[in-house]
Amino acid sequence: MLAQPCTHSLASGMGGIRTAGDLVARMQVTRGMRLKEAKAYVAGKLGVSADDLSDPTVMGDVRRELGLARQMTPESTFPTEANGIEAKFNIARVLDLPINCVQRFAERVPSLGAVWNQQGGVT
Amino acid sequence: MDRLIKTRLGDGSLVQMTRSELRAELEAGTQAAAEKAKVPPLAESELDHLLDIWASPARFSAVDIGDEVVLSVDGTGAGAFLSLQQDMQVYEQDFALDIVELGSSDYSYKAAKALLSSEGQMMRDAQLQMTVPLNYGAMPNLGLYSQPDGPSPNWARLLPLGRIDEARAAQEEAMEYAVKDMVQAADAMWEAGADGMDFDTSGAAGDADFLATLRAVEIIRGKYPDMGIELGMAGEFVLGMHAQLEYQGVRLAGLWPREQMKLAAKAGATIFGPAVNVNTGKSGAWNIARALTLVKPCCDAAEIPIHMNAGMGVGGVPMAFYGPVDAVSRASRACVDILRLDGL
Repeated sequence: MLAQPCTHSLASGMGGIRTAGDLVARMQVTRGMRLKEAKAYVAGKLGVSADDLSDPTVMGDVRRELGLARQMTPESTFPTEANGIEAKFNIARVLDLPINCVQRFAERVPSLGAVWNQQGGVT
Repeated sequence: MDRLIKTRLGDGSLVQMTRSELRAELEAGTQAAAEKAKVPPLAESELDHLLDIWASPARFSAVDIGDEVVLSVDGTGAGAFLSLQQDMQVYEQDFALDIVELGSSDYSYKAAKALLSSEGQMMRDAQLQMTVPLNYGAMPNLGLYSQPDGPSPNWARLLPLGRIDEARAAQEEAMEYAVKDMVQAADAMWEAGADGMDFDTSGAAGDADFLATLRAVEIIRGKYPDMGIELGMAGEFVLGMHAQLEYQGVRLAGLWPREQMKLAAKAGATIFGPAVNVNTGKSGAWNIARALTLVKPCCDAAEIPIHMNAGMGVGGVPMAFYGPVDAVSRASRACVDILRLDGL
């Protein structure tokens, strides 16, 4: 695992949940956006520059403020912040992008789904 | 006399070359690709940049700040030493990958079909706990549908006997099974909350393998407009094991990455992964120049994001279990710098 994933991550990767890599990735996965377009879209939605998207110091704060989940380490755990499916509800709203598992969650918890839809949730 | 620079062969072994020898390797690699695929060789400025990367004595090489790309990695949820879900969480939290993937240890859709209930449960549970996009991945692996592993006659045995028509019929039969299995897996994973599907090493068994994947992608796109679909290739060239198959009027045998990408986009893929296999007897410099030359026309014409395959033995990464980070990082940087990729 050190050979490929870790090396690529350090040599050329956006940084996933440490930065905005997963958010840019969502625009590629779901919308088929090229990288430049996807970075511009996410930067616009977050109110940051395209360069900020790969900067963990900037994005750590942005993710905390918007409830988009942050990387957890032994030195930094966030038991009171959104994570996992909670964070994905926020990501769907911030990016204005349907996320399949969020829609499934809302469907399976009808009371939550109703509130989500009333608040303009992306479905 | 030129200083000797430590560099790698395609099998990962360490050798020493001078700067001028590295330059000659790069030129030979790009020319080999250009002649074979009838594409332009890399420009002088691109070869100069590659030489700067390969001639550096540094242990590690990386893209410029701001040039980072999205990483999608297959096999992240294979349970190598933890549970499948724990594996994926390590890739998300510790390795900081942008897209992770669940897949069965067999990593073929034929095998996965029998496990969809438990695989779907794992997908659902992982989606509750994880934040990054989470795909389901496996290989179309058409060969598994041939006897004795599968129901169709074995075309690899029929072809040497000259029974061409029977071999073609066997592949066409196998395609039908494969398409059904891939669509069935996509149905189950979409219901379980997957963000997308990854069809990895498409075309491994030749043009019928690639066609089965394209047909499956087309069906899945029609059913699920918001589903991510990554179509990755097995090699740079689609082998004509059938040789008469077409998709939307394009003959598949003999296609190189640019034409492969165009068909993947037409079928409905949202990400395309070109693959160029490594020649283990040649240098890393030769291999990267060859790989970039073959993929550059694909990136120049790209209609969807391009995530070049850069795992073990492809994309200039050595064919070695324990890939040296000096070689992998150089390949990683070179792919991004020269191709302006969307991801790896």
